[in-house]
Amino acid sequence: MSFLVENQPGVLFKVSNLFRRRGFNIDSITVGALENSNYSRMTITVDADAKTLHNLIEQLDKMLEVIKVKRLDPLRTVRREMLLVKLGTIDPMAREDALRYINNQHGLILDIDDENIIAEITGEPEELDQFLGYVRGIGIVEMSRTGVTAIEKGRLMLGE
Amino acid sequence: MTEMLGARAFVRSLEREGVEHIIGISGGALIPICDELLDSDMRFILARHEQGAAHMADGYARVLNKVGVCMATSGPGATNLITGLASAQIDSSPVAAFTGQVNRDVIGSDGFQECDIIGVSASVTKYNVQVRSPEEIPYAVKTAFYIANTGRKGAVLVDIPKDCTTLSGDIEFPEKVEFRGYRLNPEPDPHELDWAAKILSEAERPLIMAGGGVIASGASPELVELAEFLMAPTATTLMGKGGFPNDHPLSLGLCGMHGTMEANMMVPKSDVLLVVGSRFSDRTTGKIADFAPNTKIIHVDIDRSEIDKNVEARTRVVGDAKRALQGLTERVKRLRTWEPTTEWRDRITEFRRVYDFENENNGPYLRAPVVIRALREELPRDAIATTEVGQNQMWAALHFDAYTPRTFHTSGGLGTMGWGFPASIGAKAAKPNVPVVDIAGDGSFGMTENSLATAVEEELPVIVVVLNNNVLGMVAQWQRLFYDKRYSAVKLKGTPDFVKLADAYGAEGVRVETMKDFRAAVRRGIKADVPTVIDVPIDPDENVMPMVPPGMGLKDTLMEAD
Repeated sequence: MSFLVENQPGVLFKVSNLFRRRGFNIDSITVGALENSNYSRMTITVDADAKTLHNLIEQLDKMLEVIKVKRLDPLRTVRREMLLVKLGTIDPMAREDALRYINNQHGLILDIDDENIIAEITGEPEELDQFLGYVRGIGIVEMSRTGVTAIEKGRLMLGE
Repeated sequence: MTEMLGARAFVRSLEREGVEHIIGISGGALIPICDELLDSDMRFILARHEQGAAHMADGYARVLNKVGVCMATSGPGATNLITGLASAQIDSSPVAAFTGQVNRDVIGSDGFQECDIIGVSASVTKYNVQVRSPEEIPYAVKTAFYIANTGRKGAVLVDIPKDCTTLSGDIEFPEKVEFRGYRLNPEPDPHELDWAAKILSEAERPLIMAGGGVIASGASPELVELAEFLMAPTATTLMGKGGFPNDHPLSLGLCGMHGTMEANMMVPKSDVLLVVGSRFSDRTTGKIADFAPNTKIIHVDIDRSEIDKNVEARTRVVGDAKRALQGLTERVKRLRTWEPTTEWRDRITEFRRVYDFENENNGPYLRAPVVIRALREELPRDAIATTEVGQNQMWAALHFDAYTPRTFHTSGGLGTMGWGFPASIGAKAAKPNVPVVDIAGDGSFGMTENSLATAVEEELPVIVVVLNNNVLGMVAQWQRLFYDKRYSAVKLKGTPDFVKLADAYGAEGVRVETMKDFRAAVRRGIKADVPTVIDVPIDPDENVMPMVPPGMGLKDTLMEAD
């Protein structure tokens, strides 16, 4: 789900506090200020059934700081997540595999030295999961995912 | 814009909101504000504990339908308010709390009497905010009052760092505030009304359940009109008590865990249930699957997020209860083309249980239901009652008839023991010419009895009826019925002598052993200039009945404990 919130101190706390209070677990959350406005846009991924999701959206909608909240239909939404991953590539074979997987996923190599490669992969979260499956055998030294950000296709939009 | 001290800007802001009473306790971070208050006409009522201050503001708010204001200093003063704010918030009562805070440059350093009250109060307020400059004070105050008192009302908190009150700023008082994310939805959707009215107009066994929203929106006359047209028996939730007159022929009284037999038996038998301004608390519904399994439920509420939250409704009307009921009545009168029989209505008497109160005494004890009914008889119709929580509360809900809205007040959602006494003091401050009675137990009264000092000092002569059984009665009742009489952590052997206690505070204390003495004590209390504490010894083994055993449905309501 995505929503617009007032860009003020404490809003992220209040949103996450609501999830905690009502007993919902957040899978991922991304936040960023919008251009030329006092709002931020948040995108939160949760694993919940339809009734729970409905209640959650109503509770969020009730918050004063939340301007608009919307459940995004996966079929009508472009979703993206970024992954930074550091792979251990001392072994030349591993290095070759790593480069191949990164290329296949249209990833960028951000840093490379004798021992490691740091790659940036962007895609749908499932693609990142798949990529991580491939490179697990090579050896993941460290990784960081941004969480999902999303925007609806065509004329659909969050509003404003 | 005017150059003005932050503290003065704050006091002027309260005056502009029409505040007449502020209830609270001073403290280091509030000194500049309290200093400014000396030059204001607003009356400062000095509480003895901040929890009491918040409950007083809550009682005041519920009686007058006006924002109650409480104030506390930073740190412990602020945290002591929390129980009071939580009680007000869950019962949708408009209470504004203003807390002092340490200086801005100290915030975050664990300074003396510093507490992150914004973080602490976030879960128990509708809105909270910390001001960051003297200039922000008027806007924050205006916002607090606006949000507390509109839509589904609730508790708000504004945290004010001390240096924002001691410094001057270019002060401007806003005429209005705007929140794009704050949707009030008072006006019901005509299509929702059409659909609900169609279902209602076809109902053969209609029943209405009125919650606190009926009182909040002043919808009692509309409710009575619709109930009479539909010939619909009408129950109330605990929070709705007073929203439908208890002496109306269609009144079923309280529905729920300690509801009346007629309410609890008839709700599941109705074919259409109109629920107005209620959030389907678990204490109201009992086991949800058995609540009204074959009934079409129409849910009217101003808070969209309450629809389908606990009980799924067949259809909904989102909006203000008064306007929704007006819209429904107008449509139902047009749509219903047949005349209902009195058969369904007449079943009220079939289920109604006539209590046997022939014996006023039970050994050396008086009987709580008899005492409460006598209290009702001695008081004028417009008298205000508050209750504590536990057995006293349920006996009051069952046996103290309320005839008009805003005359019966209780901590329904949070169930805060110690709420009723300070709330009664706030009620008396709101309506000094009406008798105000707190129906209490010895356990609850003990929690906030220090409010006696405020009641005496401020000349707010309330009456406290302490149903004294030297036990935490409701828990003891559960232990008696469901825990094999294993009484744990409930016996109050150290209960003080309430007559001496009242005397020590300069109040009037009296212990009664006969109903005649009790009635005389109430009559004296109504006329007294000081608060009156009436100590009424009752049987520690007496149960509140009827009762729905925990986990069961309304249809399983028991009239007798065995």
